[in-house]
Amino acid sequence: MPRFTVSRRALGALAVAPLASPAFAQPAPIRIGELNSYSRMAAFAVPYRNAMQLAQDAINAAGGVMGGRRIEFVFRDDGSTPGDAVRVAEELLTRENVSFLAGTFLSNVGLAVADFANQRKRLFLATEPLTDAITMAQGNRYTWRVRPSTYMQTRMLVEAIRGRSVKRWAIVAPNYEYGQSAAANFKRLLPSAIPDAEIVAEQFPALGRVDAGATVGALAQSRPDGIFNVLFGPDLTAFVREGNTRGLFERRTVVSLLTGEPEYLIPLGEETPEGWIVTGYPWEQIEAPPAHKAFIDAYRARFNDTPRKGSLLGYVTVQIIATLLNKANTLETEALVDALADLRTDSIVGPVVMRGLDHQGTLGTWVGETTLRGRQGAMKNIRYADGANYLFPEAEVLAARPRA
Amino acid sequence: MEWSFLLVQALSGLASASSLFVIASGLTIVFGVTRIVNFAHGSFYMLGAYIAVTIVPWLLEFDRSPTLFFAGVLASALAVGALGVVMEVLLLRRIYRVPELFQLLATFGVVLIVQDLVLLVWGPVDIPGPRAPGLRHGVYILDQRFPAYELFLIFVGPAVLALLWLLMHRTRFGVLIRAATQDREMVGALGVNQAMLFTGTLFLGAALAGLGGALQIPRVSASAQMDLSIITEAFVVTVIGGMGSVPGAFVAALLIGLLQAFGVLVFPKITLVLVFLLMAAVLVVKPWGLFGKPEAAAGRAVLPEGILDPRPLDLAGKVLAGVALLALLALPLVDAYAVKVGTEVLVLALAAFSLNFLVGNGGIVSFGHAAYFGLGAYGAGLLVTKTGLPMEPALVAAPIVGGAFAALFGFFVVRLSGIYLAMLTLAFAQIAYAVVFQWVEVTGGDNGLVSVWPSRWAASREVYHYLTAALTVAAIIFLRRVIHAPFGATLRAARDSAQRADAIGVDVRTHRWLGFTLAGAAAGLAGGLYAFSKGSIDPTLLGIPLSVDFLSMILLGGIQSVLGPVAGAAAFHAVKDFFMPLTDHWRLFLGLSIIAMVLIFPRGLAGAWASLRRRPA
Repeated sequence: MPRFTVSRRALGALAVAPLASPAFAQPAPIRIGELNSYSRMAAFAVPYRNAMQLAQDAINAAGGVMGGRRIEFVFRDDGSTPGDAVRVAEELLTRENVSFLAGTFLSNVGLAVADFANQRKRLFLATEPLTDAITMAQGNRYTWRVRPSTYMQTRMLVEAIRGRSVKRWAIVAPNYEYGQSAAANFKRLLPSAIPDAEIVAEQFPALGRVDAGATVGALAQSRPDGIFNVLFGPDLTAFVREGNTRGLFERRTVVSLLTGEPEYLIPLGEETPEGWIVTGYPWEQIEAPPAHKAFIDAYRARFNDTPRKGSLLGYVTVQIIATLLNKANTLETEALVDALADLRTDSIVGPVVMRGLDHQGTLGTWVGETTLRGRQGAMKNIRYADGANYLFPEAEVLAARPRA
Repeated sequence: MEWSFLLVQALSGLASASSLFVIASGLTIVFGVTRIVNFAHGSFYMLGAYIAVTIVPWLLEFDRSPTLFFAGVLASALAVGALGVVMEVLLLRRIYRVPELFQLLATFGVVLIVQDLVLLVWGPVDIPGPRAPGLRHGVYILDQRFPAYELFLIFVGPAVLALLWLLMHRTRFGVLIRAATQDREMVGALGVNQAMLFTGTLFLGAALAGLGGALQIPRVSASAQMDLSIITEAFVVTVIGGMGSVPGAFVAALLIGLLQAFGVLVFPKITLVLVFLLMAAVLVVKPWGLFGKPEAAAGRAVLPEGILDPRPLDLAGKVLAGVALLALLALPLVDAYAVKVGTEVLVLALAAFSLNFLVGNGGIVSFGHAAYFGLGAYGAGLLVTKTGLPMEPALVAAPIVGGAFAALFGFFVVRLSGIYLAMLTLAFAQIAYAVVFQWVEVTGGDNGLVSVWPSRWAASREVYHYLTAALTVAAIIFLRRVIHAPFGATLRAARDSAQRADAIGVDVRTHRWLGFTLAGAAAGLAGGLYAFSKGSIDPTLLGIPLSVDFLSMILLGGIQSVLGPVAGAAAFHAVKDFFMPLTDHWRLFLGLSIIAMVLIFPRGLAGAWASLRRRPA
C-alpha cells in the first residue's frame, strides 16, 4: 500500500509540473472554465458540479482526451447576475487560461455570457439556460446549448395530452422570461394537439413571491378543465399545498414543466399530487442503458446522495466535451466550433447530437405522471422523450436565427 | 363574479395581510425605538421558518397535537428573538454612536452572512414543513373550499395587534418603547437604561419576525430566498403605515393583502409593482405614511451626518489621489483581467460618488440610486441595439436619460425627508425596474438586451479602460467642483436646517431637485459606461441589490468625506472579486468583511484616513 501512495504522489507531481513551466514537454491538462450559480442555485448547481467531477475523473482515469491529455474544470460562481458573470468569464479566459467556457443557470446570465463569447470569439457551451432565445433570435456561432429548451419540453408535454377532451385551459407561470415563453409556447402548440381548446385564465405571479391563496382562487374561478403549470421551487410547494387544500386539482388534468425533476419533486414530499403530467428525471427507475445505471450507482457511492437532473446534465456535458476534444484534436476555437456541428456523442442516455442548424443538443428528458410512493413523490408511466424529435422545425430556425 | 368567490378571495387577502402584519410590526417597532433600518429583519423571518421546520416535526413525533405544533412555533419565535439579542449585543450596540446609516450597512452584512449560514446548516434543498394538526383540511364557505389554517391565520394578526397594544399600554417596557419612539434623546436624558431597552426591542422585533416565519411553514417550504422576498414587502407595509406605528402597519398590511388578492384578478401581470405603486401614491399624498408623524427631532439642531466642511486636499491627500490614479492608469501593465476589474471600479466609483453627492452632501438618502444607473445603461443600450447608433452618441444619451428620470422622480422625492424620502426613491426604482422587466418588446424583459459593445476603436479592454478613466475622472472632478461651489454649500445648508436655509431665502426644494437630477445624470453616465463594458443590459442593473451595493460603497468609504466613496467602491469591489472565485460561500465572507470594516472603521475608510492624518488639536 505505501508504495501505491508514493506512485500516486509522483503522478501528481508530474501533473503539476507542466503548470509550473509551460515550456515543459509533458502534455498540460486541458482547462475548461465552468461558471454557474453554485451559491444561489446550489440545489441544482452542486449536484451538477459533483457529476462533472465524476465524469472528469472517469475520463482522466481512462487515459484522458486527445491522445493522453487530462481535462480539468475550473469552477467559478457566476454571481447570478449578468454583470458578475461576464467579469468571471473574463477572469477564466485571461487569468485561468481556459480553452473555452461552459455553464450558467439563469437565462439572462446565459445570454450575456453567450454574447460575450461571440464578441471574444470563444466557445461557450450553455448547459442549463432554458430560454429559446439563446439558440434562436439571439443565437451566435460560438454558443451551443445542451439541455432541452423551454420549447422542447413544452412540446413533449403537449404531445402527451394529444387528443384528450380537455377544452378549457388555465395557465400559471412565474412572471419572467422562462414562465412567459413557456406559456407562449403552450398557447402556440396546444391547438395542434387539441384543436378546439381555449385558454380561459392566465396567472403570472412574481417569481419567488407567489400569493398562493389569491392565485389558486383566481384559477379555480375560471373553471378550467386543465391547468398548465410552470411554477417551480418554493412557489410550486406553496401553490400545490394551497391547491390541494382547496381542491383545485381534483378532476382536472394538470400539465407541469420540470416538476418531475428531483430538484423540485423532493421538496413536495407527501404533498406530491397524483397524476400530473410532467417532465423530470426518475433516476430510481432507470435500468438502461447500462452506462446510465452505472453512472447512478457511481454517483450515489461517491457523494452519498441521490442524483438530480443537474447531475445527469453535468455528466452528459462532460461526455460531449470529451467527444468534441477527441474529434477536433485541437484547442483552437474555430476548429472546435466546426467540430461541434452535428457532433454525435454516445452519452449515458444514448446518442446526443449537437444540431449544427441551431446549436441545440438533442439530449432529451423523461415524461411521465407524478405519484406518491410512501411519503415521497415519484414518477410513473415514464418514457424517455428523445430531444431529437422535439427540436424547432428547420424553417422556424432559419427565420429566427441571425445569419452570420 | 359570484359573491362567494369574492368573499373567499377577500379571505385569502386577509390571511396574507395577517401574516404580513406580524412580520412588519416587528420591523416598525425596531425602527421606532432604535431608528435602525433593519435589513436583517427578513433574515430573522427566514430563520424562524428554518428553525420551525426543524423542531416542529421533531415535536410532532411525540404527539401529532395542535398544542405541540404551536408550542414549536412559539419556541422558534423565541429562539429567533434570542438571535436578535445576539445581533444587538455583538454588533449594533457597538455602533450606536456612528451615523444611523452605518447601522443599516451592518445589518446588510448580517443578511449576507445569514444567507450562507442557512445554506451551510440546512443545505440548499427547500424544506417543506408539516401541516398544522387539526387545521389540515379545507372548510366550505358558501360553495368554495378554503384552508382552515388560513382562517386561523386571519385571527393571528388581530391577536398580535391586541397583545402588542396591551404590551405598549400596560407594561413599563411598552411605555418606554412608546416614549423612545417619540423622542429617544429625552428618554435617555431621563435616565432610562437605553442598552436594556434596545436589547429588549430587538428581542421583540426579531421574535415577531421569527413568529411570522414559523407560522408560514404549513403554507410554504423554508428556502434560502425567503429573506429578500419578504423584506421589501415588510418595508412597504411599515412605510405606508408610518414608521414606528403598529396600528399603521396593521392597516397597511390589510390594504396590501386585499390589493394583491384582487389585483391578480384584474392585472395578473403587474403584481410585481402593485405594492410599490401604492406606496408611491401614499407617500406623495401623505409624506409620513398613513399614521406616521413628522419626526419630533426634525426641528432640532443635530449634528448632521455627511460632508461637514469640504476642504481642498492637503499634500498627503493629493499624493494619495495621484498614486491611486497612476495605479489605475498602469493597470494594463498587470494583466487583461486587472484592466477589466479596474474599469468596473471606475464605473462604480462614479456611481458611488454621485450617490454620496446626494447622501453626504445633500442629506438625501436614496435607496434606489441604481435606477438612474440602470436607466442610463438602458438609454445607451437601446440606442445602440434598436437604432444602430454607435457608442459615442449613446454615451451622450446615458447621462441625459439618467438625469431626465431623476428629474421626473426627484420632483416628488425632494418633497419628503429622511426615511420616507429613502423609501420613495426605492418605490420609484422598483416601478422603473418593473417597467423595464415587463416591457419585453422594447427592453427584452428580464433577459435584457445583448450586443451593446463599444465602437471599433474602443473595442480593446485597454482603450476602453482609458476611455472610462477619462470620462469618470472628469465627471468626479466636476461633481467635486460642484460640492465646493456655492451650489454644494447651499445643498449642505438645506441638509443641516431646511427652515434656516429657507429663512435666508434659499429655495430649498428647487436646489435639492437640481442636485437630485445632477446625481441621476452622473449615475446614468456610469450606467452607460458599464453597459458597454459588459456588452449587455438587463433589469438587475436597476435592482435593489445594486442600490444596496452602492450604499455599502459610500458607507465603507465614508459619507462625511468628499472622495471617500471612491475608496469605498474600490474596496467593496475588490473584496467581492477576491472572495468570489475562492468559495461558493463568498456572501459569508463579503458580509464578514463589511461588518469588520464597520467595527474597525466606524466612520468609513476616509474617516480612518482623516483620524490618521489629524494633528493633535
